Amino acid sequence: MSKSTNADQENTAEKSNPKTGAQAVVASLEEAGVRVIFGVQGGAIMPVYDALYDSKLEHITMGHEQGAAHAADAYGIVSGQPGVCIATSGPGATNLITGLADANMDSVPVLALTGQVPTNFVGNDAFQECDTIGVSNPVTKANFFATESETVGDLVSLAFLLAREGRQGPTLVDLPKDVTLGEVSDWKYKPPKLPDHVEIPDGADVKVVESAATALIDAKKPVILAGGGVIKGNACEQLYKFATEFEIPVVTTMPGIGSFPEDHELSLKPAGMHGTGYANMALTHCDVMLAVGTRFDDRLTGGVDTFAPTAEIIHIDIDPAEISKNIHADYELVGDAATVLSQLHKVMQAKPNAEEWLEQIKTWKQEYSIEYGERESNGKPRPQYIIEQLCEATESNTIVTTGVGQHQMWAMLYWTYKEPRTWVSSHGLGTMGYGLPAAIGARFAASDDQKVVCIDGDGSFLMTLQELSVAVREELDITVVVLNNAGIGMVRQWQDAFYGHRRMASEYPWVPDFSKIADAFGAKGFLLENVEDVESIIREAIEYKGPSVIDARIDPAENVFPMVPSGGANGLFALTEEHLEEL
Amino acid sequence: MGEKSKGLKGPSPSDRPHPNERRNPQGIRIDPGSSGELENRLATFSALVKHEPGVLAKVSGLFSRRQFNIESLTVGPTEDENSARITLVVDENDTGIIQVKKQLAKLLPVISVKELSEDAVERELCLVKITNHFDQGNSLEQLKELVEKEGVDILDISDGTVTIEVRGSKRDIDDMIEMFDEFEIKEVARTGTVALERGSKKTT
Repeated sequence: MSKSTNADQENTAEKSNPKTGAQAVVASLEEAGVRVIFGVQGGAIMPVYDALYDSKLEHITMGHEQGAAHAADAYGIVSGQPGVCIATSGPGATNLITGLADANMDSVPVLALTGQVPTNFVGNDAFQECDTIGVSNPVTKANFFATESETVGDLVSLAFLLAREGRQGPTLVDLPKDVTLGEVSDWKYKPPKLPDHVEIPDGADVKVVESAATALIDAKKPVILAGGGVIKGNACEQLYKFATEFEIPVVTTMPGIGSFPEDHELSLKPAGMHGTGYANMALTHCDVMLAVGTRFDDRLTGGVDTFAPTAEIIHIDIDPAEISKNIHADYELVGDAATVLSQLHKVMQAKPNAEEWLEQIKTWKQEYSIEYGERESNGKPRPQYIIEQLCEATESNTIVTTGVGQHQMWAMLYWTYKEPRTWVSSHGLGTMGYGLPAAIGARFAASDDQKVVCIDGDGSFLMTLQELSVAVREELDITVVVLNNAGIGMVRQWQDAFYGHRRMASEYPWVPDFSKIADAFGAKGFLLENVEDVESIIREAIEYKGPSVIDARIDPAENVFPMVPSGGANGLFALTEEHLEEL
Repeated sequence: MGEKSKGLKGPSPSDRPHPNERRNPQGIRIDPGSSGELENRLATFSALVKHEPGVLAKVSGLFSRRQFNIESLTVGPTEDENSARITLVVDENDTGIIQVKKQLAKLLPVISVKELSEDAVERELCLVKITNHFDQGNSLEQLKELVEKEGVDILDISDGTVTIEVRGSKRDIDDMIEMFDEFEIKEVARTGTVALERGSKKTT
């Protein structure tokens, strides 16, 4: 018997108070406004699933718990509200860990609920027991071991709030079976409150704001570095006003993609290891950098010694621990990105005198254009061209998810992102296999008029492709484009550049036909081998109402450029293999 | 190997302008030519934490994960049954010391954290067990003399051993252990430093 979805029944049924810990958990999610949760059933979590039977919450059964965590993560990125994933104890919980680590690195709001063996078995190495709190400690913003049925609902509410407020991140509640089965006598939902000692900064120190503004006004070569915090802090409007009014070029980090429209003339697209040449030139030569909501990751900075070595740094971040962690800030502005940008805007008396700099940047944009030339390579369509065509064929609100590797870098460079929350990728942790489950999570958070496209690699797709079963079962309209170069292309590129072409375990002697795999799952498969078919197959796949997979066979020899070797100077990016040899 | 891909157009790295300026490993701009290396120093932190299971694991996990150099860590109850106090001594440069404080403050069970002043009251307790070879001479008298002079206590004399209690600052205890080196030290147990601010200054 499947669960009742009769709306009338639900509306007329009297909302009864939760009678068990599990019912309190579910009630707390409902009250928090959760609509959908992603998970996998199992022994110790069964009481919570039993409570879901009577709930209006939609539960999506994923193929693997890692998929549940990535789906919740993507849901969190697109909606801004915590995505919820749920798993049983032991392997269910450990399978979530990769996804939670990913969310932790990228500051994504996720709430994980895990089953646990009954309290009296904890510590006895019981069946499917695992120290979930211990294992999740380093990869969560906060975690809780539930001890009482009567308060477990409040604990879940608090964990949800903590995932969303301040610097966002994953939280976890471990739910022993006796706690979820236990009776609750008198629990009612109370809106959660942050603990008294937890303060979330809002506005920054006014004096520092004023001196930062003076530095910016006096700058000859100003640049803005917009990180993921701009999007998570809903500060894109403030950023746009600030950058355009004071004519300051905007470089983004990878998580910051979409914070500023890339078709604007002030946009320099992302900087970093595979960022654009002009973005890296701007960071290397600027004299004042306004960095907003970024943690100065090593893939962005390259070698710390050569990162923006002439720049005074103004750093806005909601997490004080990120300020001066990797790169010293000359002006520390702890606070909410939108609030502090508005504060700064108010005290900016003039725009910087930067005509020469803006001219220089225009020149760099031409000199270091990412124009890739030919549409095909060794008789195969080039990935850059495929991504451009995908971007052309879709609206600007289309959501792009990716795996990790070369395809991800091409998706970053050759798609033009114009809106926040349309770029959904795994940055800090670099989790191959993120793309497909993320597309599923994004689909549930997206509006009906938004398309969801997963740009994947064959290596990444092979890691989580079982989730295609979920897309088919749930009739999800997503398009997966596998840029298939028969191997782990980014590793192969590094081996060629830094390991004397010794290609160990990076080339597949054989890959499956992903279009046939799609067909076997009940999705619509396309095989793309000729450059002439790129436009028509893309159009057909995008128009198809349901999950589709394009197996796009590309040249395995294709490399990603620009490229800054690991730990190298951003300004010394290579544009060709010869440049790499020169470095 | 397949055909080489073409890459992108543009000036080669050696044809581009490059600034000569540099940053040190902490990301601070430095004068060209200088190493900009920061000196380590000892800093004592006091953290008031929720008295609940798992807090110590979170704190010690943070220190190992972030590779903070930790000299000592102690934890115990306080005047309030709901909170415990952790005292930490770390050996870091200024950037590291600031990071220790900020990262500790981020842990949810940490209520407050502060680096203590240099003049804070700091104490450690240490037990030293030495072998009793005193039948071979009158050195028991020497030991008793030393013990009296240094104001330490003998807690036990049995089975050919003497166990002594030493109190003081970390350096006092280091010195004292060195002094007992002339006897044969069998075992040492130290509590690690506990500390409170002086006078009306609040610790945390």
